[in-house]
Amino acid sequence: MRAPGGPDVGWGDYDSGGCWDEMLDRGRARVACDGVLTYLTSLGGDLQERQRVAESAIRAMGITFTVAAEGGNIDRAWPFDVIPRVISTQEWTGIAAGLVQRLIALNLFIADLYGEAKIVKDGRFPRELVASSANFRPQCVGAEPSEGIWAHICGSDLVRDEDGTMYVLEDNLRVPSGVSYMLENRAVTKRVFADLFRDLDIHPVDAYPHRLLELLASMSPRPGETPTIVVLTPGVYNSAYFEHAFLAREMGAHLVEGQDLFVDTDDCVYMRTIAGPVRVDVVYRRVDDLFLDPKAFRPDSALGVAGLMRAWRAGNVALVNAPGAGVADDKVVYAFVPDMIRYYLGEEPAIPNVPTYACYDATQRSHVLANLDNLVVKPANESGGYGIFVGALATSDEKDAIRRRIEADPRHYVAQPILRLSTAPTLCDGVVVPRHLDLRPFILSGQRSYVTQGGLTRVAVREGSIVVNSSQGGGSKDTWVLDPTVVKAQVQEQCQTQTQT
Amino acid sequence: MPDADTNLKEDDTMLLSRVAESVYWGGRYLERAEATARLVKVHTELYLDLPKSADVGWSPLLAVTGSWDGFRTNHPDASEEDVISFLAADADNPGSIIASIAHARDNLRTTRAMLPPTAWHVLNQLHLWAMETRPESIDRRTRVRWMDDVIAQCQLLSGVVTGTMSHDECYAFLEVGRLVERADMTTRVLDVQAGILMRQLGDGAEPYADVTWMSVLRSLAAAQMFRRNASVGAPGREALRFLLKDPRFPRSVEHCLIGVSRALLELPHADEPMAGCARLQTALEDVGVADLTAATLHGFVDRLQEGIAEVHDLVSETYFRTAPTGSAVLAMT
Repeated sequence: MRAPGGPDVGWGDYDSGGCWDEMLDRGRARVACDGVLTYLTSLGGDLQERQRVAESAIRAMGITFTVAAEGGNIDRAWPFDVIPRVISTQEWTGIAAGLVQRLIALNLFIADLYGEAKIVKDGRFPRELVASSANFRPQCVGAEPSEGIWAHICGSDLVRDEDGTMYVLEDNLRVPSGVSYMLENRAVTKRVFADLFRDLDIHPVDAYPHRLLELLASMSPRPGETPTIVVLTPGVYNSAYFEHAFLAREMGAHLVEGQDLFVDTDDCVYMRTIAGPVRVDVVYRRVDDLFLDPKAFRPDSALGVAGLMRAWRAGNVALVNAPGAGVADDKVVYAFVPDMIRYYLGEEPAIPNVPTYACYDATQRSHVLANLDNLVVKPANESGGYGIFVGALATSDEKDAIRRRIEADPRHYVAQPILRLSTAPTLCDGVVVPRHLDLRPFILSGQRSYVTQGGLTRVAVREGSIVVNSSQGGGSKDTWVLDPTVVKAQVQEQCQTQTQT
Repeated sequence: MPDADTNLKEDDTMLLSRVAESVYWGGRYLERAEATARLVKVHTELYLDLPKSADVGWSPLLAVTGSWDGFRTNHPDASEEDVISFLAADADNPGSIIASIAHARDNLRTTRAMLPPTAWHVLNQLHLWAMETRPESIDRRTRVRWMDDVIAQCQLLSGVVTGTMSHDECYAFLEVGRLVERADMTTRVLDVQAGILMRQLGDGAEPYADVTWMSVLRSLAAAQMFRRNASVGAPGREALRFLLKDPRFPRSVEHCLIGVSRALLELPHADEPMAGCARLQTALEDVGVADLTAATLHGFVDRLQEGIAEVHDLVSETYFRTAPTGSAVLAMT
């Protein structure tokens, strides 16, 4: 594709190899992409220069992520591909509605589990799955967080299959991360493609920190007073520290560690300041449940605040997300989400699940064991892509091992068919090539719901790879939700102006 | 009914104790790095000026920096290479120049959002550069230049902070940290080198006496300013007065204390630490430099050092060790 010795970035041989491509359909631009594609191809070799500009902007802006390495943690420059991923407004409107529907049902489910457990009594959700869930917190039974909302912030991973269907792959309800990179990616593309932003109707993403602040403020146990809001971070050595600091700064909230807070005899949470204790109303916690409060959970936690659960149960502080919300994060629970939507809302799910076989069920388990070659097997409660078995790539020893593990502990395994993830054009070593990707939008649930315009697109940079995690060499793209009809109208308008002069 | 100004004041007092403490230590470590670099540089130059028979050795550097004990555990004798390496380039010596820079960086990293971006950039570069070039701090041919570079970068950082950071509470803690450390260093130098300053200048008996007392001033960057201010008379004693009591020279103990009090004025509940400063200033005023003997000077410097440690403790207790339970004050209501 690159002329020998020349800087020309060509697109002529681009071929997604039978996968659904986000930008091109048999060599032609998809409906929302023609303006972007025309522009990008017209850049020629200048595209490589824009990539270079983007990378130096990322260094100058100090956008980093932390990876654990020998002898301590290292801050690496955030990996970013300059070619945006485009979604039409029309498609996004449907997806956003589906995500809101999903989170409403998930919140009703969590509240139900910690309350009357009607869904269990009605026989629509197996009782044994509750007790055996790694993220079910008995300490939360009977708690009633404000507005009945447990999962205020959700990051759901979306993937597209070869026929173009968008699926929810998982819901992250504990401490979903990545939203700061969505915002920074946009800041970078605005610098790099300033000329294009004028002409296209790209939906802004900058509203997120403000919406998050509104949501957090609305949870304050002291309505009517200016709430004190803090972001609770495990500290500077956590891999998402950049994001914690970023969100605190954008919202004007205090970035605190566990040692900065204490719970007094009045069951209220206070922050230690140089002027003395200041009462805290809302804690946006980026610390896992088990480390939140050494008195309620792990007694050895140095990251939490002793008595925090007591203060929360007394209604004196809002915890976002609420402790225990991760029960719906379980991949076995995931398999039930479509049913939950039907049960609680009486609606059909707007976005499908990836078909999932839960191994605790004998029928489904025998199907899984008989079809290992064609399935992906996942542990129910790992995150970050750990412990995943891909049948098509596994040796017979590995297959035997996973079979033994499933039989020993069926509750903690699910299996899904191997998806052929969609691709998008990505600049690798000066050549535009197809790479697999996913999408993580962020959904806020408070008195009203909010879905980001697009989300964080993650790309597997290696050819054929489907691993998008940045710690494992994954990259990212800016995600553009744009309205193709507006673009067309503008182009028409320009044509008309031209003919008149 | 609080007026608008009082409200603003309340907002200001939301500085976290942990952040304040980090910034304070950031200020102390930066000052320590710069002061140690200057000590090493001046002592190296002095060593080159003096004849072998003067036998100054390198141990005074260990005495001034209070690192005798740490040094002795791993080094049998105070050779030039060992002492300089220990004070400049040894990451395991918490008081070394590179360790001080690293500690300053660690402390200010978590509070990065409070500083001007350039300040963080300069500090980070200084850290990376110092780690990379540390062998140059030991070799006598490159040592003085290396120390000059450390001093220059610390001064650059100091200038960036003073010139572009809001002089708010956070800045006040940086300032208090810097000045407490600086006052401490000045008293340490005096403690060890007082003998040189007290010595009556004989007639040729000690041909290098001038060189040594000037080097005491130089190690506190005070030589030029002293010459501009000094009256005639016993120059050693005048230098002592200058380093203790001159209200205008930024590294005199008196000036540091004035600066600490001024920074404390920006902070809430400052009565106790301010009183600690005032007690020290009174002690300084009361002492007659002309009447001091070598023995009484030593006792007086000890008292100053205790006073400085007390100011540090009072700042810690007032701002960094907020009572954990049972004494909650609703500062916002």
